[in-house]
Amino acid sequence: MISRLANPARFMRWSTAALRWCVGLTLITLGVGLYLALIAAPPDYQQGESVRIMYVHVPAAWMALSIYLLVAVASAVALVSRHPLADIAAVAAAPIGAAFTLVCLVSGSLWGRPMWGTWWVWDARLTSVLVLFFLYLGYIALVNAFDEPGRGAKAGSVLALVGVVNLPIIKFSVDWWNTLHQPASVMRLGGPRIDASMLVPLLVMAAGFLLLFLTLLLLGMRASLNERKALALRLNSAPASGRVAGRERPVPAQLPIH
Amino acid sequence: MIDEIGHYLAMGGYAAFVWPAYGVALAVLGGLAWHSWRRHRVSTQSLEELQREFGTRR
Repeated sequence: MISRLANPARFMRWSTAALRWCVGLTLITLGVGLYLALIAAPPDYQQGESVRIMYVHVPAAWMALSIYLLVAVASAVALVSRHPLADIAAVAAAPIGAAFTLVCLVSGSLWGRPMWGTWWVWDARLTSVLVLFFLYLGYIALVNAFDEPGRGAKAGSVLALVGVVNLPIIKFSVDWWNTLHQPASVMRLGGPRIDASMLVPLLVMAAGFLLLFLTLLLLGMRASLNERKALALRLNSAPASGRVAGRERPVPAQLPIH
Repeated sequence: MIDEIGHYLAMGGYAAFVWPAYGVALAVLGGLAWHSWRRHRVSTQSLEELQREFGTRR
């Protein structure tokens, strides 16, 4: 089923409809999520209203990690099976992951200032997420450093796979090292340790971010397929149009040899 | 009414942290969404133009 849907021509067909659904669902979910996060959710008994930063910070962090995992898996598929859509998916997902990582870092800093008394500390969790951000930037720079898109994506794939080491470091950094950052309270063994009045807005915002990611991923993949198709059309049509016109290509005049 | 809005916007004294956090998220994700949408539209249009130009000959 996946290989059927992943044929580039078929992908363009089904993604047209999927894109419409994704845009609509993203807008509805984020609208409801923002209402729940900014109005319906109660202030925290210790952190007061500053806890509302959580509804941006935590889902952005989840997306930052999940998207990197997706980039790495798509890179592995691209290296092993050379499926044409795997590279395109990895390259399209990376800037979205970088954006979510940036949102996570900035919102975390804005939350840290009133709660910890500092914008930034060089501890394990914060530093490893900063490394994740630089991995995304490095991947994007490497992919775009080659004239031929295929070679760039291949070099990027290797970097993406090496960078996977960072994911467990981020996830378990709060358990392995002493850090200002609190340990996991939702994705932990034994279930979430957070009240439903805050868990529901958090999960709705997370769903909204996931839908936004899917929308942007589809847009990016479709744009990239369009661009590759247009390039192929230009390259193939250049000599053909010369023949149709019935004219020989003009031969450049010989330069006089001194 | 205006007092209520002012009270809400003050975010219990954390306005300087809560609103910038949401603002940055909106700016970064909204900017990326706008850029992605534009790139998608431009690439679709230019491919359609090329297909009209060359498509009839093959």
